[in-house]
Amino acid sequence: MSNRVAIIGVGMCKFGELWDQNLKDFTLEAGMYAIFDAGVPGSDIDGMVIGNMSAGRFTNQEHLGALAVDMGGLGDIPAYSVEAACASGGAAVRQAYMAIKSGEHNVMLVLGSEKMSDVNQTEAMNTISVASDWEWEGMFGATFPALYAFMARRHMYEYGTTEEHLALPTVKNHANAAHNPWAQFQSPVPIDVVMKSGMLADPLRVLHSAPVTDGAAGLVMCSEELAKKYTDTPVFIEASDQRSDTLALHDRKSITTMNAVVSSTKGALMEANLELKDIDVFELHDSFSIGEIILTEDVGIAKKGEGGKALEEGITEIGGKFPVNTSGGLKARGHPVGATGVAQIVELALQLRGDAEKRQVDGAEKALAVNIGGTGATSIVHVLRR
Amino acid sequence: MAEQGVASVWRRIKAIYTIQGNMCETCGTYYFPPRPVCPECRRKGKLELYTFKGLGTIYSFTVVRQAPEDFKRQMPYVIAQIELDEGTRLTAQIVNVDIKDVKIGMRVRSCFRKIKEFGPGGIIAYGYKFEPTMKVTGHEEKPIPKGKSQ
Amino acid sequence: MVGIVGYGVYVPRYRIKTSDIAELWGEDGTKIGPGLGVFEKSVPGPDEDVATISVEAARNAIKMAKINPLDIGAVYVGSESHPYAVKPTGTIVAEAVGCSYNMTCADFEFACKAGTAAMQSAMGLVASNMIKIGLAIGSDTAQGRPGDALEYSAAAGGAAYLIGMKNPLATIEETVSFTTDTPDFWRREGEDFPSHGARFTGEPAYFRHVGEGAKLLFKKTKTTVDDYDYFVFHMPNGKFPIAMGKQIGVPKEKLEDSLVVRQIGNTYSGSAMIGLARVLDIAKPGSKIFVVAYGSGAGSDAFSITVEDAIEKTRGAVPTVDDYIERKTYVDYATYAKYRRKIKALG
Repeated sequence: MSNRVAIIGVGMCKFGELWDQNLKDFTLEAGMYAIFDAGVPGSDIDGMVIGNMSAGRFTNQEHLGALAVDMGGLGDIPAYSVEAACASGGAAVRQAYMAIKSGEHNVMLVLGSEKMSDVNQTEAMNTISVASDWEWEGMFGATFPALYAFMARRHMYEYGTTEEHLALPTVKNHANAAHNPWAQFQSPVPIDVVMKSGMLADPLRVLHSAPVTDGAAGLVMCSEELAKKYTDTPVFIEASDQRSDTLALHDRKSITTMNAVVSSTKGALMEANLELKDIDVFELHDSFSIGEIILTEDVGIAKKGEGGKALEEGITEIGGKFPVNTSGGLKARGHPVGATGVAQIVELALQLRGDAEKRQVDGAEKALAVNIGGTGATSIVHVLRR
Repeated sequence: MAEQGVASVWRRIKAIYTIQGNMCETCGTYYFPPRPVCPECRRKGKLELYTFKGLGTIYSFTVVRQAPEDFKRQMPYVIAQIELDEGTRLTAQIVNVDIKDVKIGMRVRSCFRKIKEFGPGGIIAYGYKFEPTMKVTGHEEKPIPKGKSQ
Repeated sequence: MVGIVGYGVYVPRYRIKTSDIAELWGEDGTKIGPGLGVFEKSVPGPDEDVATISVEAARNAIKMAKINPLDIGAVYVGSESHPYAVKPTGTIVAEAVGCSYNMTCADFEFACKAGTAAMQSAMGLVASNMIKIGLAIGSDTAQGRPGDALEYSAAAGGAAYLIGMKNPLATIEETVSFTTDTPDFWRREGEDFPSHGARFTGEPAYFRHVGEGAKLLFKKTKTTVDDYDYFVFHMPNGKFPIAMGKQIGVPKEKLEDSLVVRQIGNTYSGSAMIGLARVLDIAKPGSKIFVVAYGSGAGSDAFSITVEDAIEKTRGAVPTVDDYIERKTYVDYATYAKYRRKIKALG
């Protein structure tokens, strides 16, 4: 059972407002890409998992497992659809990891997908809001940005985090995305533009927030043993950890730290037998810029309260000690909620294979991804190694 | 099948109208909304219904400037996490206040408002919002030091 | 004797100046206030209605009376702007103030006197020992059609009275009513705004019914104007109650203290009841108060009230009418239109 799990193929569609494509079209595109990248015959794939948050509300379609297998022509293999709000993608990766590790499946296709642009902006926000505690937060008027604004305001109050700090993840992530052909926004944004963008929920502005995005990402995963048969550049999932916290933000002792992130990161690093300083590149869930600041602290890159400072010092830039969100993150790569957790792993696998082109972190060997659901009620961490 | 929202609001009316939660007699922790199990004591817990006094301070807040349709008429509005004097926190709108005056630590009391309408022909959900304490609310404007409010 | 064991009021925070309304419609803003005797009127927030106003007023009343809400045997809410056409406001109030489920409840409607009708019903139940305490509320978020004369005065507010026998802070010695079928003001089912008979609302309606009600009460109690320290009349505007007072010979200073209409407008079912609360806020024990509420359609309810010693111990427990009058934030017509659902595209 100590068999390692390998990623042998990665794929994505270009993220964005994909007006001319529906959920099926771009999910198939990302899946095919991953399968071709793996060089695996379709008939070798014996199971499929898809992460998706809310196709039912966004596009009136559920039962995505069967849909994806059908469209992909993958025959009668079992297909699972998993949901953990914005961590649905990470949950899909973890399900496949466990299935392969247990020996139940040999070669699996993992997909993450979300079609968000078929509803209006308000309805998209409402749909994401159900990731929080709708009965006690959403119904009372706390939108999803409002909940992250609570964290931001409190972080500013407790640690002196500034409005400049809040703008820094956006500036960095847009600069990174300029080199990512799959990203929704491939142009840099100057800090003064971020700081003057429209207010969403004070102190959070439009450019502190991940956009509404359509997109899908895919992975082909198998056991270490089988991986040799398909590829010379496998990337291994050294650890997978998932933790939960209260659904409602107001039930947490502190709203400036995410306990589930702290414990799942610790758990994953322990499982991988690594320390944080060993990690060369990170993907941290930045649905709002305050999220990246808090996660920078909670994974241990910066001390509590000093996430903003770490960004200021450039520690998390490409070329810095701990590069974060080389892909552009949720902010600039785009955030099709169910796809994000898978897209994070795609980026890290490319980094570890040395295929990240202009955004490559030199000599990257080990990577860590944190995928968050809701306001931190779910945290899924994966540690990757080449 | 019930009209949208009806039963889901009705079964929470006591909690929403009067801020009724519970208190664990084993560990003394207050909970809102009411919980089925005390997460601290689990099977040793003894949860009793408790109606909160409705006084507290603002723990964090924001001004919502992009909101669902039901809230359009109120925009921009203040929503906050309020730390009740009993120690538990909840999420509610702050009304009867100028946006520029809202601060972390501001003393507030609960009031009764419309929370949401399920469309023009649907039911109206009423419940708690909070407003600054002041003479007109029958409360001292100054915050009560922690521990002295009980 | 049956009396008031507690009372509470609520007036929303927002105000619009009648001069601002006048200017929008091309009228002379400087003339409207003095002409009508209404200088500004209260405006409910977008999340306020008769249920919320009633609950706030009732909570104040219960806090003042220091009673157990479980002792309330009847909840009656009088209004012409109940949030539901069918479904009582009273049940919302009863649940929100923590009443027992073993009590009776109903909504009343009689234009601006629905609240005093509720008081009379509660008095009957208390006097006959059917219930211990009755909660009677008059509350409205009155609407005036944009550009109509009513728009200058139609306001929002409410008052709640706890009627009981034990330790009343004021006793109600007598109440009488005068009722005819006089259609001076009405709103048909499904209509957003009421219609009215303009000058017809005066002589044959307000003045006849308030005047006859007053006469009946004087006769029944064998009293005259001189026996009373304070007079409260329904206040559709600032002029009618003063003209009424003149007709029956009430000195101006006996009426002055109740004229809340100048600062908050006509709160309909809340009008005379808030006026009475304003007097109870300041009256000394032993004072006698003469109240006549008026409801279009038409009728009047008149009350003879004596302030008791117990009132002094209740003072300071809850916000007064003046506290609410002084708490205000002005809004412009656009905000008023948004809050009052006059912008139809918003739904």
